[in-house]
Amino acid sequence: MISISGLLGQLFAIALALVLAPLLTGWVNQCRAVLQSRSAPPLLQPYFMLHKLFRKDVVMAHSASSLFRTAPFVIFGCMLLACAIIPSLSTDLPFAPAADMLALVGVFGLARIFISLAAMDIGTSFGSLGGRREMLIGFLAEPALLMVIFTTAMISQSTSVATIVETLAHRDFIIYPSLAFAGIAFTMISLAENARVPVDNPATHLELTMIHEAMILEYSGRHLALIEWAASLKLYAYSCLGLALFFPWGIAEKDNFLGLIGAIPLLLLKLGIGGFVLALIETVNAKMRIFRAPEFLGTAFLLAVLGLLVRLLLETRV
Amino acid sequence: MLFHAEPIEFSPQPGNGAPVWRGRAMDGEDLQRFAVSVHRHEGRIAAIWGEDRRREDGCYRLHCVFGLEEGHAWVTLDLPASGADCPFYPDLSGIFPTASRMQRATRDLVGITPDGGDQRPWLRHGAWPESWHPLRYDTVHEVGMGVGFPNLPSDYDFVQIGGEGAHEIPVGPIHAGIIEPGHFRFSVIGERVLRLEQRLGYQHKGVEHRLIGADLATGARLVGRVSGDSTCTYAWAYATALETACGVAVPPRALGLRALMLERERVANHLGDLGALGNDAAFAFGLTQFMRLKEDWLRLNAQLFGHRYNMDRIVPGGVAVDLDAAALRLVVEQCDAIDRQVKALRAIYDQHPGLQDRFMTLGPITAELARELSLTGVAARCTGIILDGRCHRQGYIPPAPYDALGVRPATDERGDVAARVAVRFDEVFESLRLIKELCAGLPEGDVRAEVAPVPNAAGLGVVEGWRGEVIVGVQLDGEGRIARAHPHDPSWQIWPALEHAVLKDIVPDFPLINKSFNLSYSGADL
Repeated sequence: MISISGLLGQLFAIALALVLAPLLTGWVNQCRAVLQSRSAPPLLQPYFMLHKLFRKDVVMAHSASSLFRTAPFVIFGCMLLACAIIPSLSTDLPFAPAADMLALVGVFGLARIFISLAAMDIGTSFGSLGGRREMLIGFLAEPALLMVIFTTAMISQSTSVATIVETLAHRDFIIYPSLAFAGIAFTMISLAENARVPVDNPATHLELTMIHEAMILEYSGRHLALIEWAASLKLYAYSCLGLALFFPWGIAEKDNFLGLIGAIPLLLLKLGIGGFVLALIETVNAKMRIFRAPEFLGTAFLLAVLGLLVRLLLETRV
Repeated sequence: MLFHAEPIEFSPQPGNGAPVWRGRAMDGEDLQRFAVSVHRHEGRIAAIWGEDRRREDGCYRLHCVFGLEEGHAWVTLDLPASGADCPFYPDLSGIFPTASRMQRATRDLVGITPDGGDQRPWLRHGAWPESWHPLRYDTVHEVGMGVGFPNLPSDYDFVQIGGEGAHEIPVGPIHAGIIEPGHFRFSVIGERVLRLEQRLGYQHKGVEHRLIGADLATGARLVGRVSGDSTCTYAWAYATALETACGVAVPPRALGLRALMLERERVANHLGDLGALGNDAAFAFGLTQFMRLKEDWLRLNAQLFGHRYNMDRIVPGGVAVDLDAAALRLVVEQCDAIDRQVKALRAIYDQHPGLQDRFMTLGPITAELARELSLTGVAARCTGIILDGRCHRQGYIPPAPYDALGVRPATDERGDVAARVAVRFDEVFESLRLIKELCAGLPEGDVRAEVAPVPNAAGLGVVEGWRGEVIVGVQLDGEGRIARAHPHDPSWQIWPALEHAVLKDIVPDFPLINKSFNLSYSGADL
């Protein structure tokens, strides 16, 4: 039964994601600039960028197929769906049954497939270069992400995102060592999935080292705007998922309007801190050699498995 | 005198530049034998260029400069103009592989050609036909845009690699960042680089043609702009060539100030490169810190010399500006401040595991390769070769004022990116020390002597710049104007080394390896 308040809450969460995602990107860029002692671009720079790109004409390669044209919409749709089912303010999400955690990984996977295919569609060397590197990162990150999810799913006996977060948010305060392992693994996966240092460098102009940027070199105009926006949404989705799984306090329950209102400033605060930590990680690290990425993600996988084992062996009787 | 008992008679070039001996090869065989013997004695090819002397002597002239232990041997070979449209000379690329591109450029520009080796065009990219040679006196140049030839796309035979899974990645000449244009053709399997072939020449702008007929001051301005990051190096080499040709004695104070500017140029560029190397490994903190230091450094240049890069401050006869005691004090104070901060930054670089993992073992070259390719500068010294035109070595006395400074060469034996980073750091510290010594011991007196052009005189200037050895050869005509001048950038020799340095590595590591050499496109494209 879908309640009106639930529906409103759901729509509000989606709207908030659309608005907050570029702001989060802008905030991370600001923090990074300050940490690197540069003067920072305005906080609203990503919006200006989107505004500019939406007004510009699209320049399309002659060899582009319809796949190239539709991919940005698919990717944007995937990220929006992910934002819709990840609880950011409330766990009362009517859309949540549409996909559980496993399907969420699939949604991210679908977006990855499309961006890689679109990158190769044009036939330039950089597109294929970026596409195959993205698949390398992806096929290593996905199993690790699944392991993290299994750990949390075992705690709550469910793979539904809302149920997991509800369980974790409203339990008595118990420290789960398994969640500590899973949390570190999740952070590492998020860095890789969102093309951040040390795996990729979102600020680079060196086409030969790029992963994410190499795939979108041929995009322009509104297509590029959608992809940039989708990238922001992805970062937002991962941030919200991380916050919901590992710092879930303050997320409202069903039919709790006051809680919903209170959750907004709390979410902003948590995202603000998260964004700063991300900028800090990006500032103190150098980008690793690309063939170190398997080691990096392998470590993440190992930590996630450790979390799972800790849960199985030590915590089942709690 | 003779070198290695070869039958070319040499005479020392007068003047206060680096030691140069001039000689004339009687025929191609003499030249080739001399080249073989230079190679056997671990010498190098330093520059090759051609000159059209049909009006004066009825011949084309090939100029070859060899680097020897004692200094430089400048050998000319006259090629009779009668008969063949494109006279031949013996191919040197079989002895010195890096001679190849210089020979190809000489053919494109002057129309004299080696009798073997790579015959593909180098600087000619389809903007003019094969039979048209811009540096011949009777070539018609139309004023204005181009010379009336359509700029046609030209086929270029890259070396192909076959086999299962092998493919090519063409990169450039237009890049994602704002950098100079150059084309890199990678043959790869997956990410592994099997072969890299460069194609340069996109920045060919006809500098050498522009120099023909120029007066001496115009020449100084033009040569100082061949590669903007090395403007002091080029200006000094050009000035030395002219002063030698015209028999001008440069005041000691001017030499001191020139060295001061050259060392400031070295520090500025090394600071920029060290920052950029951090940035290319996504360590943006390094870039902002080093750029801050470089900016302070350049601003003091602007304040004291009137130009951020000291362009046009080294002129034939001396220098264009003098520094008073207060200015020298500022220079010394800044050296102390920069020294402290670079030491702190070096500690950060050296102790950063991620950065060191990127730098170490990446893009290695060996000392054998460096000798084989006639490398100079940081590229040679990072392999353990002690080759620096500012330092004393067996049989070699550096030119004033370096002869009295006791420059310590910075070397490292690893040959990788980490070694080039280390050499750059060491050179920054050594240059800061030199600047302080130069300021303390700057002689009193004039800073500029008058240069009266001597008709038909010729001279060669060699200066150790921050990138390597820059050579400028000048020939004056009967009216004391420039008949032919050739500025030679060390990048000619080091670019091929980059092709070798990437062979053990993967595609995404190329930008870092490339940056660790930081070669000039403009300087080699002329």
